[in-house]
Amino acid sequence: MGPKSKSAPIRVLIAKPGLDGHDRGAKVVARALRDAGMEVIYAGLRQTPEEIVRAALEEDVDLIGLSILSGAHMALFPKILALLKKEKAGRIPVFAGGIIPDEDARRLRKAGIRAIFGPGTTLDEIVRTAQSLARPA
Amino acid sequence: MTSSARGTPSTRAVLSGDRRALARAISAVENGAPEADGILRSIYPRTGRAPIVGFTGPLGVGKSSVISALVGLLRERGRKVGVIAVDPSSPFSGGSVLGDRIRFERSADDDGVFFRSMASRGAVGGVAATTREVARLLEAAGYDLILVETVGSGQVDIAIRDIASTRVVVLVPHLGDEVQTLKAGLFEIADVFCVNKADLPGAEVAQRDLAELVSLGPQRAGFRIPIVRTSTFQPSGLEELWAAIESHEKYLDESGSRLDGERQRLSKEIVGQVRDRVGAELSTRLERDPSLRHLLDEVVARRLDPRSAADRLYKTRNRRR
Repeated sequence: MGPKSKSAPIRVLIAKPGLDGHDRGAKVVARALRDAGMEVIYAGLRQTPEEIVRAALEEDVDLIGLSILSGAHMALFPKILALLKKEKAGRIPVFAGGIIPDEDARRLRKAGIRAIFGPGTTLDEIVRTAQSLARPA
Repeated sequence: MTSSARGTPSTRAVLSGDRRALARAISAVENGAPEADGILRSIYPRTGRAPIVGFTGPLGVGKSSVISALVGLLRERGRKVGVIAVDPSSPFSGGSVLGDRIRFERSADDDGVFFRSMASRGAVGGVAATTREVARLLEAAGYDLILVETVGSGQVDIAIRDIASTRVVVLVPHLGDEVQTLKAGLFEIADVFCVNKADLPGAEVAQRDLAELVSLGPQRAGFRIPIVRTSTFQPSGLEELWAAIESHEKYLDESGSRLDGERQRLSKEIVGQVRDRVGAELSTRLERDPSLRHLLDEVVARRLDPRSAADRLYKTRNRRR
């Protein structure tokens, strides 16, 4: 099946892997992406990597956004990337936000997380990055 | 294009139960992509046997939670279940937050369930324009029961009527007095009433009001609309809800009304498709055709009224074939 037409809305999965309950950031981002015209599948709190990958595939998303504040990103993000690869869906871009130290962020980018947003990032920047990841020019 | 049973590779992948192919085919149908046409044509002969159960009712009554609990029950009984959950698209940005997955608790490796969120994409009435076709895709991929959750409905959001074989209207206690149940619209399309959040006080009153509504309403020979109390907070009533849905499906078969209903729904679907095409064609013509653009100018200038302009535009339909 060919690539989606440019006019189809971007579908993005927003999920929170791990066990922290801080979902304010994920909700604010979901809202901003909605206002930018995207269809946001909001999977909510405490999702396992398996659940996230399954949701991404069933919902046929163009993009996955992960929010995490528990500190478990070095364990969970590579697992999600590996599962996507295993499902032959390694081309779905994944971005992340939360409390992620610079050194970890560097390693995660190397591992394949396409963008990482820390505290203080503007919504505008997140929206623009999400758009260009989902629909590269 | 022929409607051969085998079809293109993507059609064959959908029919073989390939979940990824199914997910992509759904997107193609939603987006009106060219390949959707062929897939829908080829799968059609293999559809029409799976019951489509629609769940509708106001915002926040617990439709998603009821469906999630029901799917758990149905999986124990070995049913393969496809779920379509529709949420509204913004009329301003076109964007949407599809949040029904949150309530959906399934083990990540259960291939007997396929859950898909859909945005309404400008359609009114509670479902998207392509929800019915997506339900067909799910059936063709091997799901023998399709559950459709509408957007939180108002009194007139009853488009689920054109899709579902059984319509469950989900309500909660204290939505209003019995006069509300007399109003036209939502209450008229129910095959089953579900009073959810029955752990809250007032559930019995709600059930009683509905029972009165049912007893005063049009009677169907051999079927009385069941009213079931459910709670997903203190799980109860879900077996009864499923039994109520099955009793309606059984009634459809035994009374012979399944075919009548299907015939009406399909007639509406065909006419709807033609209306969409003719509408799109005429609106393009009105805006682009130089000989017709003046028509709009005349109406804007109040020299011609909209009805007369519509007559003239309508008459141009067959002019250039």
